[in-house]
Amino acid sequence: MWQGAITIVAIAIFNFCLIHMAPGSPVDVLAGESGTADPAMMEELTRRFNLDQPFHVQLFSYLWNMAQLNLGQSYRDNQPVVTLILARLPATLLLMASAIGAAFLFGLLLGVVSARFVGRAADEGISFFALVSYATPTFWSGLMLITLFSVKLGWLPSSGMMTIGSDKTGLAFMLDVGRHLILPTLSLSLFYMAIYTRLMRASMLEVYGLDYVRSARARGLSEARVAFRHVLRNALLPMVTMVGVQVGSILGGSVVVETVYGWPGLGRLAFESVGRRDYNLLLAILLFSSVMVIVTNLVVDIIYTLLDPRIEHGKK
Amino acid sequence: MGGLIGFWRLYRRRRMAVAGASALLGVFLVALLAAVISPGDPWDMAGRPLLWPGQEVGFPFGTDVLGRDILAGVVHGSRVSLAIGFAATMAALLLGVTIGAIAGYFGGYVDDVLMRFTEIVQTIPSFLLILVLVAIFSPSAVNIVIAISVSTWPPVARLVRAEFLSLREREFVQACIVLGMSRPRIILTQVLPNSLAPVVVISSVMVASAILNEASLAFLGLGDPNIMSWGTMISIGRNSLRTAWYMVAIPGIAIIITVMALNLVGEGLNDALNPRLRGR
Repeated sequence: MWQGAITIVAIAIFNFCLIHMAPGSPVDVLAGESGTADPAMMEELTRRFNLDQPFHVQLFSYLWNMAQLNLGQSYRDNQPVVTLILARLPATLLLMASAIGAAFLFGLLLGVVSARFVGRAADEGISFFALVSYATPTFWSGLMLITLFSVKLGWLPSSGMMTIGSDKTGLAFMLDVGRHLILPTLSLSLFYMAIYTRLMRASMLEVYGLDYVRSARARGLSEARVAFRHVLRNALLPMVTMVGVQVGSILGGSVVVETVYGWPGLGRLAFESVGRRDYNLLLAILLFSSVMVIVTNLVVDIIYTLLDPRIEHGKK
Repeated sequence: MGGLIGFWRLYRRRRMAVAGASALLGVFLVALLAAVISPGDPWDMAGRPLLWPGQEVGFPFGTDVLGRDILAGVVHGSRVSLAIGFAATMAALLLGVTIGAIAGYFGGYVDDVLMRFTEIVQTIPSFLLILVLVAIFSPSAVNIVIAISVSTWPPVARLVRAEFLSLREREFVQACIVLGMSRPRIILTQVLPNSLAPVVVISSVMVASAILNEASLAFLGLGDPNIMSWGTMISIGRNSLRTAWYMVAIPGIAIIITVMALNLVGEGLNDALNPRLRGR
């Protein structure tokens, strides 16, 4: 917890330094492209962030504003940055959860199959698929999936989160969002699925070689029971660790995927704020994403102790 | 030289690693001979716009909306990808090795501070950090290289630190200290060369991910506006995806081949340089 707080403060300081290092005065950076026109607003900004004061006072007032969750205004939308971020958060969380879920599930399945048939055609095929997926840019797979499933076949929508102008509710609404979710999930998860497949394969093979698996077989347990009850559970630990490691990277990937599919999430917001030179919003997204990484890692630690009771928290 | 031959013997035992090295060599040759394969500026209009691949002799990959030769773009784009990929990796290695070596060799307080710093950088989603840096400091090739290296050095630092921690206790290093060798000399001539194997392995994969990062930046419109990169081509082609998807498909395949080759080389290096892991 403590460590996480220090990290957040450090990133806030880093953001502050970026605002000062950027070309143009800090007021210009904070105000974005719309700022220069309005002297009253510039004055308000200068006062709020103490930009006419010495450096350390500025830094302190910046951090104080951050601590109160006062990340400033997005002057383009004339809304507090926090409001904008929170409005986009659910879409990103949905996409990330669905992508991590899909990557984890398919990676696990493919990894298990690969390990069971090691050296045979199925293993070679899966390994090659993982190899290609690991080298494919997410935006490219996104565009190709749109070409195939939206343009050529017309099966799935190519952009947005729901059908525009429809007033679906309840189950129909969820199905509609689900249909829009399939392609973005596929493109975002492909890369991570490749990682999980290889990880699962390697860790299954490793656990297969251990003595207790041999003794489980010697006791006459069926192959399926050995695989799922004895091998899989222990092979899962590195997979869970990996999710914690990858969250930051998935957040980065969501910028690209959300841009390709017009998905109204945080990543798309980051892309839009780059286009509008709304740096205050952009830096707030950076800070917020880092907080999400820290929180996810705390959750992963907890899951870890549940999966393996031998690991106790705070002990090394 | 004998070491190199021995290394090659170990390396070539993996079929896929050899395939990766050959493909990478091919990409290098294309980059080197770009001016010979397709002379002229890839930004110039070369033929009728929107030609499909194979539709007209002389344009095997077709042309884009403005009649630019896609083959020329792919060929010249290989230079951009390789140059940015390798430059960013070199810079990240320099940063990571320096920080990791200092942390690992001196240990104690220095180590604590440097590793805490490394963890903080690692917490920030790296692609977002790259995006922020390039957006704020303007998208030029140099800034892109700096942004990628600033965001990707932490794994190198941790790797080198771990190597240094174990190496500095070994007898040959202790012997150097007793002999009165200076610290910089011990670090540079004794410990560093012995800690480089894992760095070599990771570097190949880092080039691959730097290439992917550059392509994503260019796709988002944050590439260097003066150079034709594969990501830029995909970004241009995206606008006519419905009618001319080959404009997106072809540069993408170039990215996949290059990145895959680099990853395979990384695996091959890992197997050849880490005898303990061999056969996995």
